[in-house]
Amino acid sequence: MELLGLYHYWVFAVLLMIGFYAVISKSNLIKKLIGLSIFQAAVFLLYITMGKVAGGTAPIIQAGVENAVFSNPLPQVLILTAIVVGISTMALGLGIVVRIKEEYGSIEERDIQEIDRR
Amino acid sequence: MTIIFGVFLLTLMVITALAIVHTQHLFVAVILSGIFSLLMAANFFLLDAADVALTEAAIGAGISTVLFLGALTLTGEAERYRSSSVNRVVALGVVAAITLMVIYATFDKPAFGDPQTPVQQHVAPWYIDTTANDIDIPNVVTAVLASFRGYDTLGEVFVVLTAGIGILFLFSATPTRRKKPQTEQESEVESTAEIKFGEGLRHFLIPQVVGRLLIPFILLFGLYVQFHGDYGPGGGFQAGAIIAAAIILYALLEGEARALRVIPQWVLTGMMAGGAILYSAVGVVCMMLDGNFLEYSVLAADPITGQHIGIIVIEAGVGITVTGVLLSIFHAFAGRRRF
Amino acid sequence: MALDIASWVLLSMGGLFVFIGGVGVLRMPDFYTRIHASSLTDTMGAILIILGIMLQAGASLAAIKLAMILLFLLITSPTATNALASAALLAGVRPCGTDPVMSADKGIDLDTNADAGSLGEGKDT
Repeated sequence: MELLGLYHYWVFAVLLMIGFYAVISKSNLIKKLIGLSIFQAAVFLLYITMGKVAGGTAPIIQAGVENAVFSNPLPQVLILTAIVVGISTMALGLGIVVRIKEEYGSIEERDIQEIDRR
Repeated sequence: MTIIFGVFLLTLMVITALAIVHTQHLFVAVILSGIFSLLMAANFFLLDAADVALTEAAIGAGISTVLFLGALTLTGEAERYRSSSVNRVVALGVVAAITLMVIYATFDKPAFGDPQTPVQQHVAPWYIDTTANDIDIPNVVTAVLASFRGYDTLGEVFVVLTAGIGILFLFSATPTRRKKPQTEQESEVESTAEIKFGEGLRHFLIPQVVGRLLIPFILLFGLYVQFHGDYGPGGGFQAGAIIAAAIILYALLEGEARALRVIPQWVLTGMMAGGAILYSAVGVVCMMLDGNFLEYSVLAADPITGQHIGIIVIEAGVGITVTGVLLSIFHAFAGRRRF
Repeated sequence: MALDIASWVLLSMGGLFVFIGGVGVLRMPDFYTRIHASSLTDTMGAILIILGIMLQAGASLAAIKLAMILLFLLITSPTATNALASAALLAGVRPCGTDPVMSADKGIDLDTNADAGSLGEGKDT
């Protein structure tokens, strides 16, 4: 159980950094956004992992079941709303990328910087 | 057994993420990120977060893939440059260093699933006990979302609304320059994509028949998730995404124009604002009835009934706003001509 | 007890079919045979696994929900496979062996056509 917990945290760290790598090293703006969404998903995973209680169930109270163990509902609420907010802001980012493509004719950071320098 | 399954899913997620970063074809990256979201949803379910799993499956794997594909048809599918080797080495160095630091920090984290950690001892037991006594709906997540942290959720709804408005504003501009440094191959891709978006899959009989069959059921399921959210996993956010997915499926099958005839853009804009207004109005009504903002107990003679009414109405507001925003965003991408 | 054994047999059979489907996706020569292999996962694998879980659930609301899921899977996944295949055909992916230019000796490598490469090679990149 302990190793699984640590494995969760390690996967969080690795996913976080895979996303971060895409953001800092890729030149394509859409690829950067996909990296950002991986980064975001890693943070979601961390929150949900922290809220898990061993032997618990989803926090839905069932009639007639006494002394049930529930996982922590609070991180779940935060992440549930964060996912929806995440997709809205991601869509805004995609919208900006589309506009950049329309103005610059490219979505590669390198091309855009070159056009700006001229 | 759950342990093996969890490790399996997590490992698959890492592999998928690596593949996403590695591939140069953006279409492949988007499809892989859909798979990534689905794996993530399964993982959330293993971690007892049924509501979050439902949201992630509907939004991450469904809507977000469609939006990314919509953007790709406007921007082109190939990544043109590999990052230079210097850039890559520096990035890898930074990433490796931070990974090691974060992994080092994990050893000080409380053990996984330990019920005695501060996180589990702070407010969570209070939420669970108070939900049973004062709100009396089975789903604690919905109770926390809609009642205890109602302000927070109101804020999130306004963030979603703002993002929707931002998209509408962004796409209201027409491009100033018309440069076309495109290769021939790219414009070919564009023309096929345009055919698809313009007419939908009208010439493909099987997807169309099955899609028509399924859309009512998807809508029904969306409404079930919306109104059953007090009792089981679900609520406004998930229902909004599912209903939007049904309409998007209709748009893909029958074409963009017909979908806009079913729900015109002014209705969608109205829904975006209307849901948020409905939510705030509940708060104002509470104040008029001598309660605090969003204190639902004053809405009826019996405080528990008041809570039920308040939660149902604000969840409806959330659902309406999310549906409106997601559909507006979809139409903004799908209806945009490629310049 | 007998139910338990039956359900485990079904689950293992389902797992076997999913595994075969996975091997097929990796080993088949071109796009169409690959989706043929993956449709095995959707149909036989899904049916057996859901039947196995239904036996575990017993006569309850969960079993009815599982039956509904099975019904919808049986409607949607063949449709998805069909849509995928017709999309590939529209994009110009030739079935392996039909075109003398892109015959079987070229194997998986369909890169002569840009679109074919993008769709057929999707899982490898």
